[in-house]
Amino acid sequence: MSVVKAADLHKSYGEQKVVDGLDLQLEPGTCHGLLGPNGAGKTTTLKMLLGLIEPDGGNIHVLDLPVPSLARQARLRIGVVPQMDNLDPDFTVTENLLAYGRFFGLKDAAIHERIPSLLEFAGLTSRANVNIQTLSGGMKRRLTLARALVNDPDVIFLDEPTTGLDPQARQVIWRGLRKLLSQGKTILLTTHFMDEAERLCDMLTVIDHGKMIASGSPRELIATLIEPDVLEIYGEESAGWGQEHAAKLCDRFEQAGETLFCYTRQPAPALEALMGNTSLRYLHRPANLEDVFLKLTGRELRD
Amino acid sequence: MSKLFTFPRFSLRFIPVWQRNFLVWKKLAIPSLLGNLADPMFYMLGLGFGLGSLLPDVGGMPYLTFLGAGTVAYSTMNSATFETLYSGFSRMHVQKTWEAILNTPLELDDVLVGEWLWAASKSVLSGIAILVVIWMLGLQANWMLTLWIIPLAFIIGLCFSGMGLVMTSVSPSYDFFLYYFTLVITPMVLLCGVFYPVSQLPPLLQTISAWLPLTHAIELARPLVRGDIPAHWLFHLLALLVWGFAGFWLALGLTRRRILQ
Repeated sequence: MSVVKAADLHKSYGEQKVVDGLDLQLEPGTCHGLLGPNGAGKTTTLKMLLGLIEPDGGNIHVLDLPVPSLARQARLRIGVVPQMDNLDPDFTVTENLLAYGRFFGLKDAAIHERIPSLLEFAGLTSRANVNIQTLSGGMKRRLTLARALVNDPDVIFLDEPTTGLDPQARQVIWRGLRKLLSQGKTILLTTHFMDEAERLCDMLTVIDHGKMIASGSPRELIATLIEPDVLEIYGEESAGWGQEHAAKLCDRFEQAGETLFCYTRQPAPALEALMGNTSLRYLHRPANLEDVFLKLTGRELRD
Repeated sequence: MSKLFTFPRFSLRFIPVWQRNFLVWKKLAIPSLLGNLADPMFYMLGLGFGLGSLLPDVGGMPYLTFLGAGTVAYSTMNSATFETLYSGFSRMHVQKTWEAILNTPLELDDVLVGEWLWAASKSVLSGIAILVVIWMLGLQANWMLTLWIIPLAFIIGLCFSGMGLVMTSVSPSYDFFLYYFTLVITPMVLLCGVFYPVSQLPPLLQTISAWLPLTHAIELARPLVRGDIPAHWLFHLLALLVWGFAGFWLALGLTRRRILQ
């Protein structure tokens, strides 16, 4: 059984195809990352999986329930962490959880029974009764995550869960998500942060312009889609060095501002040439998911 | 397009939405009640005594009584309007509360039914607040009959919150609501017999007035204060309900277009 199974999804707004023939399949107990630049169709896809937007074509099953026709029943068993915080600013931490639990048809007693473990999960036990306007951004995000668990969902959709958080707060969210995976929950995550995707996800689907452009585990994508070694060469002179040497010494290179990225299977010759040039600063590192992402989707800004 | 305006799906799932708004209201109950009461009460007392002392009976009753009955309807209308416009817009657009709710098993229809009934419930409190002032001043002719004002306030609330939700569904910002106040609410206050009998207006304005929902509200509230069973009460009630339901349905369609596309 797949937790989410979407086939040949289409959605257009006027002439613009936002989602264009997308397939997506989530296996139980895994974290699946949906990656793509701004406007690639990630949020629209999530909304279609929730039954909030009706697709123009294709079919969706979530937890074996057809969506959108039985979307309400499916949503009973889904937790959602939205991109923008939409906690209730007039409520305390506890009241936020209580009011949200009621939307799932839970009895107040059942919610109150559940609240201590949710607070503990979010590290907010000591803040149970403070107004949420006094919470930091990271605490609000943790509360949003705890709120998404109020119905003990089987699958959790997270739309950019760590955007805007500091590194410490991101670590805490990641720990929380790993804990959920270890409990057997399934996670669908959209993110812009490739380190996040690489760290957490078992499977990735990279989309752009509403189409899938790659899928596989992070390791598979890195192993199959990009040269294994990267040289980053910094400074104004990097461009000149690139013109002179890169084409000969690297399999592929890209200039981005004052940095030259050299991708290669054989780093030794380029490294040798760089060592002979004391005026250039450089970094030699293994290729990572960000390199794959930039190769697939390009370096131009998407706003 | 046609799908957006399919008939509202009514269910009891609206209850937690109503409860959520009630929980927020409870925290701010005292200032909220004061706000409900103070403004209309000072209008009523100031004009009622100040202007009323210069006037003979108006519409067959002392001016203060005349104005008190108008104020019940006017105050109820205002409460429903403010709730659906400003508070509703905050929940829909600023706080994204509706979006949070839509990620749960509730549907947009449930959210809007909850908002509609909540605003009507809250406006009942405004009606009761003015009713208490009427009682304290002994303006009523028949105490038992004035109790009908409480369910009437709920119907008036449904009418004006249904209409208010239409504005909320198309509003880009809070500033937009000024149009509604200057083009709809204020004309209604001045044309529908809150401060003076509609019969004093020129025929054209009387004709316009007859179509406006606040007129129907006042045609019901005033006889109840004066101690009579309102003439054509069924007609006036239906008129309020039709305005309210038409507004609600239109608002639901427009909000579906705004949020679910």
